[in-house]
Amino acid sequence: MKRMSRFILGLVVTMVGLFLLLPILVIIPLSFNPEPYFSFTGKMLQLDPNGWSLRWYREVVQDPQWRLAFKNSITVAAIVTPIATALGTCAALGLRHLPPTQRTVVTLFVSAPLIVPIIIVAAGTYLLFAPLGLTQSLTGIVLSHISLAAPFVVITVSGALTTFDERLLRAAAILGASPVRAFCRVTLPIMAPGVAAGALFAFATSFDEAVLTLFLAGYDQRTIPLQMWSGVRDQLSPAVLVVASLLVAAVSIVMVGLSLHQALSRQRSKQLGYGAEH
Amino acid sequence: MRRSVLFPPGWRLLLPLLAFTAAVFIMPIGVILWKSIHDPEVAALLPATTASLESWSDETMLPPSASFDALASDMRNLVEVARIGELALRLNREQPGFRQLVERSAAKIHDEGTPLVETDRRWSDPASWRLIKRASEPYTPRYLLNAVDMRVTPDGTIGRQDEQRQIYLRLFARTILVAAIVTGLCALIGYPFAYALSVSEGMLRSALYFVVMLPFWTSLLVRTTAWIVILQRQGVVNELLVSAGLIADNERFALIYNFFGTVIAMVYVLLPFFILPLQAVMRGIPGQYVRAAESLGGNPARVFRRIYLPMTMPGIVAGGALVFILSLGYYVTPALVGGRTGQLISNQIAFHIQSSLNWGLAAALGTLLLMLVILISMVFSRVVPIGRPQR
Repeated sequence: MKRMSRFILGLVVTMVGLFLLLPILVIIPLSFNPEPYFSFTGKMLQLDPNGWSLRWYREVVQDPQWRLAFKNSITVAAIVTPIATALGTCAALGLRHLPPTQRTVVTLFVSAPLIVPIIIVAAGTYLLFAPLGLTQSLTGIVLSHISLAAPFVVITVSGALTTFDERLLRAAAILGASPVRAFCRVTLPIMAPGVAAGALFAFATSFDEAVLTLFLAGYDQRTIPLQMWSGVRDQLSPAVLVVASLLVAAVSIVMVGLSLHQALSRQRSKQLGYGAEH
Repeated sequence: MRRSVLFPPGWRLLLPLLAFTAAVFIMPIGVILWKSIHDPEVAALLPATTASLESWSDETMLPPSASFDALASDMRNLVEVARIGELALRLNREQPGFRQLVERSAAKIHDEGTPLVETDRRWSDPASWRLIKRASEPYTPRYLLNAVDMRVTPDGTIGRQDEQRQIYLRLFARTILVAAIVTGLCALIGYPFAYALSVSEGMLRSALYFVVMLPFWTSLLVRTTAWIVILQRQGVVNELLVSAGLIADNERFALIYNFFGTVIAMVYVLLPFFILPLQAVMRGIPGQYVRAAESLGGNPARVFRRIYLPMTMPGIVAGGALVFILSLGYYVTPALVGGRTGQLISNQIAFHIQSSLNWGLAAALGTLLLMLVILISMVFSRVVPIGRPQR
């Protein structure tokens, strides 16, 4: 009975796992398609080397539209990330000093961008920004992305600070550290993982944002998600699959890198004799 | 020193983000709420007419001749600045047929100098004038009414929208239905996976974790594209079925660009949002409860139903609320894979902002959607986790 239910659970979990993974993985071989379609050709299925090609990779690298989109996406995310991280980190530090009721209300207010349907914000932002000349400009896109990205930083930094012991700062003060020095040497190292995670979230949020960008971008401000959007909707070109594959590869590398880093630092702290959780 | 009393240390650190959020997030929402009840467009296009109709008291009779002159002169001016089309389009939304009426009458007044009454006999009907007066009021319930398939009739009462224009209530119902189906499916397939994730250790846990986090971190556009690749007529599923000889080449299934496509792609995109908070709750449940129940002789089904399921309920509600609320406002996935039958309310909002330029109606639909989300958040408020769940 027990073995039976374990088997069934294993089967279900495998199937759900395949459901989660396969759609992403199926994109990668298709990006080596020599034909302008989204499907496997006969030669590809026979694993004939001539049936596979880098045609669409070349196309993406040479296409000025994709290059522009890449440049825009990176530019926007590179500006959004530090600003959202700074705003969010300050806010998370400030939240700690509020009495509980105020803290709940402010947290709700600050994290509202994560729950309110983005289409409402996008429509409103468009109507608000158009008369100000902020549509069809990267400035408008950056501003709106910051308000979406900052809440993630508030959440991750607050999370990192939940176990923070306020007495450490008093100890630092007694030992003669100035508040600035105490902040840099005590608070900052403790919340650093939260800040880093928040910055990663902020970057990913901005890099992946499609809806606000769709409303605020003109032709020259198109980003990677917008270029993919039109690639899927209007042209259905395998160039989209190439970019998708590259993005999946990038995400996988970052994820593996992060988990290795975590495993290494856990090992190191064990060697140093700290508990595994610190 | 007074300053620090006004802004205690916590608030001073919060101020930059609060100010920013107010300007770039709250104000756009304010614009939407405002535009759903405020529309000065007709009053701006017809300034003289609006002013003269203010003194028109008995609305069963025609307005004074001054109003006829005012409308004629307003129309003449609009033709000259080439904005008569805006008026025609705007009034046509109130009453089909007005586009033609306005454009023809304006052309005759401008080109031939015909008096307004003689351009069309509808100008001799008080109903047409009532409609213009109604439309020129800057504060109006009409968009909110339109958004629930009601309308202000020309004689000022509130009635049902014409049969073929009743689409929004059905669309709201479809949006809620899709959200409910997506949430249900996420719960059904997410629960066992979250359980496995919560009880596994070591390499297996890392592997399962990777399987959830890879789609979670992958671009939304990539994930939606993947389903187009899989489900379209020339897609992976249909190709497999055809090459296996299960269906003929001309019998390929329409799996995407419809309701089904929207549901399956949304389940895929939102599944991690269900699994992650649920497994966090499951991981906090000590194993001895289940073991105690088993040692007391409960069979596995009973132990699950009476002990484990109730203890995981907070996780189910948290994940379910998150998925449900995110589904209600989903835009990208239905826009790309929804076809005609898989469109949700957010797609209509985008349509009215970008294509039909009926901003008032877009704002009203947005207002109602926002109310719906707030209402549901309040119902779930005790357990809704805010933002992307952490581990």
